[in-house]
Amino acid sequence: MRGSIRAFVTVEDTGMVTVSEIQVEEQFEDLSPKTTFMGMISLMLRKQPLGSFGAVIVIAMVFMAVFAEILTSIDPEDNNLEYMLTAPGEMFFLGTDQFGRDLLTRIIYGARTALFVGFTCAIIGSSLGLVLGVASAYFGGMFDLIIQRVVDVIMAFPLIILALAVVATLGPGVENVIIAITIPFIPQCARVVRSNALAIREIPYIDAARALGFSHVRIIMRHMVPNVMAPFLIMLTSFLGQAILLEASLSYLGMGVQEPTAAWGLMLQGGAEEYAESAPWVAVWPGIAISLAVFGFNLFGDAVRDTLDPKLRSQ
Amino acid sequence: MIKYLIKRLMLLFPTLLGAAILVFFLLRLVPGDVCEIRLAGTGLYADPAEIELCRKDLGLDQPIFVQFFQFLWGYVTLDLGKSMWTGAPITHEISLRFHLTLQVALMSTFVAIIIAIPFGIISAVKQNTWIDYIVRWFAIAGIAMPSFWLGILIILGLLIGTQEFFGEPWMPPIQFKPIWEDPVWNISQLIWPAVATGYRYSAVATRMTRSALLEVLREDYVRTARAKGLVEKVIINRHALKNALLPVVTIISIEFAFLMGGLVVTEQVFNLNGLGRLFVESVGAQDFNMTQQLVMLVVLIFVMMNFFVDILYAWLDPRIRYS
Amino acid sequence: MSNTYTKFAVSLAVGAGLALGVSAANAETPKSGGILEFVVPGKAPSYDGHIETTYAMIHRVRPFYSLLIRVNPDNPSDPSDFVCDLCAGAVPAATENGTKYTFKLQSGVKFHDGTPLTSADVKATFDKIIFPPAGVASARKSFFKAVKSITTPDASTIVFKLSFPTGSFIPALATPFNFVYSKADLDAHGYSWHKMNINGSGAFKFVQHQKGAFLEGVKNPDYHLAGRPYLDGYKAITSAKMALSIQAIRGNRAAAEFRGFPPKARDDLVKALGNKITVQESDWNCVLLGTPNHKIKPFDDTRVRQALTLGIDRWSGSKYLSKIAIVKTVGGVVFPSHSLAATKKELMTLKGYGADIKASRAEANKLLKEAGVPGLAFTFHNRGVDQPYKIVGTWMIDQWKKTGMKVKQQVNPTPVFYDTLRKKKSFDVSVDFNCQSVINPIADITKFLGSAGNNYGSYEDKPLEDIYNNILKSGDVAEQRRLIRQYEKRALSDEARMMISLWWYKINPHRSYMKGWKIAPSHYLNQHLDNVWLDK
Repeated sequence: MRGSIRAFVTVEDTGMVTVSEIQVEEQFEDLSPKTTFMGMISLMLRKQPLGSFGAVIVIAMVFMAVFAEILTSIDPEDNNLEYMLTAPGEMFFLGTDQFGRDLLTRIIYGARTALFVGFTCAIIGSSLGLVLGVASAYFGGMFDLIIQRVVDVIMAFPLIILALAVVATLGPGVENVIIAITIPFIPQCARVVRSNALAIREIPYIDAARALGFSHVRIIMRHMVPNVMAPFLIMLTSFLGQAILLEASLSYLGMGVQEPTAAWGLMLQGGAEEYAESAPWVAVWPGIAISLAVFGFNLFGDAVRDTLDPKLRSQ
Repeated sequence: MIKYLIKRLMLLFPTLLGAAILVFFLLRLVPGDVCEIRLAGTGLYADPAEIELCRKDLGLDQPIFVQFFQFLWGYVTLDLGKSMWTGAPITHEISLRFHLTLQVALMSTFVAIIIAIPFGIISAVKQNTWIDYIVRWFAIAGIAMPSFWLGILIILGLLIGTQEFFGEPWMPPIQFKPIWEDPVWNISQLIWPAVATGYRYSAVATRMTRSALLEVLREDYVRTARAKGLVEKVIINRHALKNALLPVVTIISIEFAFLMGGLVVTEQVFNLNGLGRLFVESVGAQDFNMTQQLVMLVVLIFVMMNFFVDILYAWLDPRIRYS
Repeated sequence: MSNTYTKFAVSLAVGAGLALGVSAANAETPKSGGILEFVVPGKAPSYDGHIETTYAMIHRVRPFYSLLIRVNPDNPSDPSDFVCDLCAGAVPAATENGTKYTFKLQSGVKFHDGTPLTSADVKATFDKIIFPPAGVASARKSFFKAVKSITTPDASTIVFKLSFPTGSFIPALATPFNFVYSKADLDAHGYSWHKMNINGSGAFKFVQHQKGAFLEGVKNPDYHLAGRPYLDGYKAITSAKMALSIQAIRGNRAAAEFRGFPPKARDDLVKALGNKITVQESDWNCVLLGTPNHKIKPFDDTRVRQALTLGIDRWSGSKYLSKIAIVKTVGGVVFPSHSLAATKKELMTLKGYGADIKASRAEANKLLKEAGVPGLAFTFHNRGVDQPYKIVGTWMIDQWKKTGMKVKQQVNPTPVFYDTLRKKKSFDVSVDFNCQSVINPIADITKFLGSAGNNYGSYEDKPLEDIYNNILKSGDVAEQRRLIRQYEKRALSDEARMMISLWWYKINPHRSYMKGWKIAPSHYLNQHLDNVWLDK
């Protein structure tokens, strides 16, 4: 019982985790190949009205990001100084910023930046974490020990501190921000995946597979990875929102994405505070955009977790 | 138990050493030079000879491994060195700010607890009702909203609101006074950042309380209690809550450790002279000495918090000690 | 005040300070008492004026010290109006063909620790600044290249001998960083002592400094100017962000900020507080430049550099950017309201200063095509400071985009920024700046010389150096003016070594109860606070 609770702690913020075997076995059954992806989705929709709402937000964001060029014909980086700080109205639906750039356009293109950073960090971070975690559990011994000590070290840093230090080293910019956010994600995911994988490692058929002479890669890919998909997906979805928030914070500190790129955190930084009173729309829309996006991803992530983790399913 | 404690304590050292290595060499990779910004901060020409002199003064001309050894040796001799920027001892610089950060962290924790525990309980007990949905909604909104944005809105709201109602704009003090010197001043400055960060923090804790309680409510002994016909209130207060509290305490203590080092952005918004701002400033000024000592302090707090939580678990659950 | 500077004594149009709501402060009788609280962005590396170059130190520490001479506190916008601080009477004129200056010191001046201030202290101070021993830093010793010797015939007289006459000596002497230290301190504690300790003869005495929070000073009852200072003390509060400084003035947590705010902030404050806010404005002796890296292709090509400057619409930029940034004035190499500066008509003859931006941009594209790089793509290197760097940077990038170039921006925090400029030299085109205290055009324009230590363009331009040497040698203002136009045309237009964006514009909205302070054309000047008083 406690095991699953502590895994939950990991999802939220940090990780110091041991997951009990009971939970893993249940997940093991639960995620046997018989459960189809569509089945999971329909289960989620029925059981998770909030989660479905989150999914709607996420889909809307993805839509904005993908079809930005179609949704708006304006260049998000184009200055129109004669229209600087225009209030929302017919001409500019959400108003303009201090360079006369259309805020609606910048919000739409900002979704692209946010999703790009969010997905890249979450996918790379959790995938590398998956590989490390499973390998660490499978090989054990010295390899496991070293990996775990490294994971200990990185997880001892608060996220923002480590990210800031990495950005200071590499310099600001989208690519470097992605690296800075991804690095702290890897050990978080590795730790959770490892504790689940450890239990699977103990199951006799893995030994049987080894006895049959299957290669390590095959055993890991065919037998271990599919069985830790649940914690992996939980981590991945929780990273999405975190990455977007972290990118916004870094940009706000001037260490993130740089002008003239359209990015929500940057929009809050570049003068939004100075103009927040006389032109409140400059500070309001990007803030709402960030909140809504993270809100959506969190609702969605919760639903994914509840669906995948039988312990948390309602009675 | 003692054996477990020692074993667990010994594990701290490799973590701290690893953190020291990571932060030291990471910072050395940062391009630029503290001497150059000190001597040529506003674009005036700085004589290369003077820059050399300054580097020598700060020990930056020594081989990197010598510098690393000096950094570690500082812990043995309990001498954390001097700030490369101001030249003042690092212990002095940190102690100036530690108090403020600690107080904000404590106040945020307080805000978080008084929101999280009742909300979490009500949400779990009324699971899947509209009350539950509202609480969860409120909680996730707290996680989603960037706390610096909330901070900006709070300051603006205060300035505009007070002018609207009292004719004079009021804003929180921007200078820190300890609570024993001027409690009203102190609270009126720190309550706002405490609320801005406490909301996020409470959101995390509310969700934890809710799910932990839900878990426990499904345990056999709770079912037994129900079967016995005990009043729901008694079940929750006497049986369920006590057992559900452990993970809640965990998340609160870990969040607390996080606040001690992670108030980076909020301190910017409210002009708080705390550890987070010192970190941003010393990174910006390439004050390696200061940055690495600060990071080590934060890591130490973090690691110790984790350590205490683990001990707590082990103490409550003997199985962990032997695993 | 011989030589060029006497002749420059032309009153300036701007900088007088336009007061909103409140009538001229001078008409009122100053009141004594009160503590002035103001905000300072940034942090001071040390207290030693001789080695530091930042306003973050000046704003906090300047009130503790006296200078030999200073810019006239009641007329700080005039670049040729200097008055005695520690010296007695008027600023002396040069003798012996402009090579000898003799200063008489006021009697009875004391350092805060009680030791009397004599000519030996002044000599020790300027020896440290001008002839620092090996291993001692001095940020401005190059200002005093002409000084041959400093002697003290008696305890109240100090004599500077120059090797050649120069108009830049007196302005250099008035630089607000030249704090007069006590010889006893220098002898007893060495040259590093003043980085961490303060013992001056200024209007205020040091009380305490809580790093990152505030610095506090208290009235010096033995101050050498009778009746001054008016204040009982001051507190310089550290403020991390400009938005917070603005809010602090609005919420009356501070009376002023002495660097400068963008116009929008001024308007918001005035709108919210009416006549409780007084606004002073001035042209500012700082300018943002763009420096192409001559070592990187295609910026070694004059046509490409010219295209860069041609793409920028300075006149419209001045109109709009002046609303959102602390920049305003279109100018050439010289501080715009100085008599040596180019007139608008003269400016319009330079590439990139024309009235017809369409024509300029067409010419830019033609030049790029000729140079074989149509639709030039490059990275603009900027410094991670909001006002005005990032604002101007975003604007310049858009200007080049409108010309048809593809520009990305790389913003670096200050240390990395310098590292890239000085060591790596890996940038395509970088933001750069020229920011000085006392207006001293002949010295200030050295920035454009390839040989200057603070020039990062990596070029050699012999003809430009020659013109500069002629300017230096010339004693006649009209001749100097003509030569500076040649210099300007070559540096900005014919060779387009650097491009000038817009000169800064200083706007200081402060609480109306703070009186006596007058805006200067530099955020380094007039911060001694001995004439500031509170009307509460």
